[in-house]
Amino acid sequence: MSALLGSISTLSLARWQFGITTVFHFLFVPLTIGLGLLVAILQTASFRTGDESWERATRFFGKLFLVNFAIGVVTGIVQEFQFGMDWSRYSVFVGNIFGAPLAIEGLLAFFMESTFLGVWIFGRGRVSPRVHLLAIWLASFGTILSAAFILAANAWMQHPVGYAIDPATHQAVMNNFWAVMTNSTFVLEYGHVLFAALLTGSTFLLGVSAWHLRQGHDTAAFAKAARVAIVVVLVSAVGTIFLGDSQAKQMETQQPMKMAAAEALYNTTSGASFSLLTIGDLAGNPIFQVRVPHILSVLATNTWSGRVEGIHQLQAQATKKYGAGSYVPVIWVLYWTFRIMVGLGVLLLALGAVGLWLMRKRRLERSTWFLRFATWMILAPFLANSVGWIFTEIGRQPWVVYGLLKTSNAVSLIAPGYVATSLIGFTAIYTLLAVVEIGLMVRLAKVPSEPIAADDRAPELIY
Amino acid sequence: MLALLATSPSGLEKLWFALIGVLWLGYFFLEGFDFGVGVLMPFVSHDDVDRRVVVNTIGPVWDGNEVWLITAGGATFAAFPLWYATVFSGFYLALFVLLAALIFRGMAFELRHRRDDDRWRRWWDRALFWGSALPALLWGVAFADFVHGVPIVAGGEWTGTFFDLVKPYALLGGLATLSLFTLHGATYLGLKADGPVRERAREVARWLAPTTTVVVTAFLGWTYLSAHAWHHTGLVPPLLPILGVGALAAVGWLVHDRLEGWAFIATAFVVVAFFTTLLLNLYPNVLVSSVRSSYDITVAASASHPYTLTVMSWVALVFTPFVLLYQGWTYWVFKKRVSRPESVETRSSEV
Repeated sequence: MSALLGSISTLSLARWQFGITTVFHFLFVPLTIGLGLLVAILQTASFRTGDESWERATRFFGKLFLVNFAIGVVTGIVQEFQFGMDWSRYSVFVGNIFGAPLAIEGLLAFFMESTFLGVWIFGRGRVSPRVHLLAIWLASFGTILSAAFILAANAWMQHPVGYAIDPATHQAVMNNFWAVMTNSTFVLEYGHVLFAALLTGSTFLLGVSAWHLRQGHDTAAFAKAARVAIVVVLVSAVGTIFLGDSQAKQMETQQPMKMAAAEALYNTTSGASFSLLTIGDLAGNPIFQVRVPHILSVLATNTWSGRVEGIHQLQAQATKKYGAGSYVPVIWVLYWTFRIMVGLGVLLLALGAVGLWLMRKRRLERSTWFLRFATWMILAPFLANSVGWIFTEIGRQPWVVYGLLKTSNAVSLIAPGYVATSLIGFTAIYTLLAVVEIGLMVRLAKVPSEPIAADDRAPELIY
Repeated sequence: MLALLATSPSGLEKLWFALIGVLWLGYFFLEGFDFGVGVLMPFVSHDDVDRRVVVNTIGPVWDGNEVWLITAGGATFAAFPLWYATVFSGFYLALFVLLAALIFRGMAFELRHRRDDDRWRRWWDRALFWGSALPALLWGVAFADFVHGVPIVAGGEWTGTFFDLVKPYALLGGLATLSLFTLHGATYLGLKADGPVRERAREVARWLAPTTTVVVTAFLGWTYLSAHAWHHTGLVPPLLPILGVGALAAVGWLVHDRLEGWAFIATAFVVVAFFTTLLLNLYPNVLVSSVRSSYDITVAASASHPYTLTVMSWVALVFTPFVLLYQGWTYWVFKKRVSRPESVETRSSEV
């Protein structure tokens, strides 16, 4: 075992483990945030109108929300623990700053979401309908709040603010909490992620409803759900794209290397064009490329002929500032994840726009091709969320905290065998969970909604 | 360098050691009975309806209880980064097992009832049992190791292997928490379940109470003796462990006399006394080195700067009362005992 592992470093194993566990965790989190809010909206409609079709939709999607929520919770504990397990030198360096939002997240957000979700699951008929409705709103608010703290922590890694380096311990210490929580990087990132989560939840709501409309199941409930979903898909797609665009301009000033690598732009260019796709190598000798003039400059600087800095120039600057070494992330990963993310965002915008048009024309329920398309589009936001994170985290490399700490200096000083064991273990467990979870979600999503019983109390035994 | 920093802790640092202690106490008090209930499920149930009664006694609250761990972990990271980093990287494999157990346990709550299929439920029941038993054991091992020492040298660098963590003292600590949490779960079931499950939980508590008393007394005795022999600074107030053991010895009588509320209060007190003894024994260290006492990680050396601690103190001061209020409120909302329904209705959540 150890001989075999001799050539594999703790660093690369730890990076793979973090990547795999984080991408897996974040498959479920946006659906929790987005669908939680949408279920709260459905239940509010039911509460306000007393219309049972709203209530059927609430319970149907509530069930899917809960199955999804559980996996987000259990994979979330791994996230908090592995900072210390695999990245202990990082943890010592950033604990003063990074730890505070994590602790506050637990106290303010996780208690709220888990406690009130318990009330929501078990409370129907035991608390008043008003309190039951309040419970889902508070649980949803908890999920939205939790994203704020973890993203403030991540934004600090992308763009450190409100800190000083302690000369004695070489730790980063916080000197302005307000600055950390109002970091310009955080504000845009939080908005982008929240809209993306809402986009994930609403696309899911739309896609599942569309499937049932095609089957002719409970059209009263699923048509209502689909209408809500279409409006939210459209609004959140616009929000996601708009904030993503603002992030690109911010990236050009805060992390120009990430922007340059995203376009594989080797030399500083004014009025830079944007390549939609490339066949062949990205190092300047493509076999085939589709380019749109000036668009990269617009994307990065908001001006037609703005100057976008190139990889070679940025590498030279970084060497001068930080010392010898490569400061270029893996270009092909950035190039393609960026395009997949943006492409899927535009596709989802189209989904919302076409859906709204069909809705206005009163042809939504009969438009078989659209309903089929909407169901397949369920996959799009999950893929977009994953590549988005891969883009932004790989794009920060070789830094774990931009400009302050390199990833290679952040990893724990432990034998690779430990990390290999847990990497194999977590991958196996997560694969098993994925099979079970996706199987169950598909199964539950296909069962028609249930009628509301006359005695409308939660059963004695829920679990 | 580190020796220079190892001054006596400031008031703020003491406060945060205490607050993190409180978070751990809250976690073990609440999740302790969740673990116990999970361990007892196979032993107090005769059929699936019984098993569902057992799971439903903790159904609305287990997730909120687990957040005490998340918050304790986050607060340790923020207030004592070196403690968090050293423990989490050093206890690597143990934590991996713990995480795997907690993953399967958490999924079991939400998934076991989702399919009407005996094999499916049997798998999740196993997950619930092992997912409760392993953490109940491992937390005791870990806390015993904190106190008794782990192989670390300067700056918290780890020099040992996995087997340094499973010495006899630590294993006894694990056995103590496993049996204590199981007993705590039994008194909880006595308070929250009705019908045959309540009766069986009572039977279990009656024979488990004396066994637990022996194990816990042995462990606390060893802790007390070794603390005086090795750590003269670690003053152990013997009052707390003695009161704890006394309460534990009383549990058998309380259960016998059907004083279910008092029995639960007694086991809760034992859990608190048990971990408070360990934490007081640990102070002013947060992690003891088995190599040399100058390598011990102290509260003062591992604490964050006053600014971070001050910010977190304000946040904790403002928001903790709300958390306690609404979490307490849910126990009040779900105060009714869980019993076998007269007719088991078709489950609405089922496929």
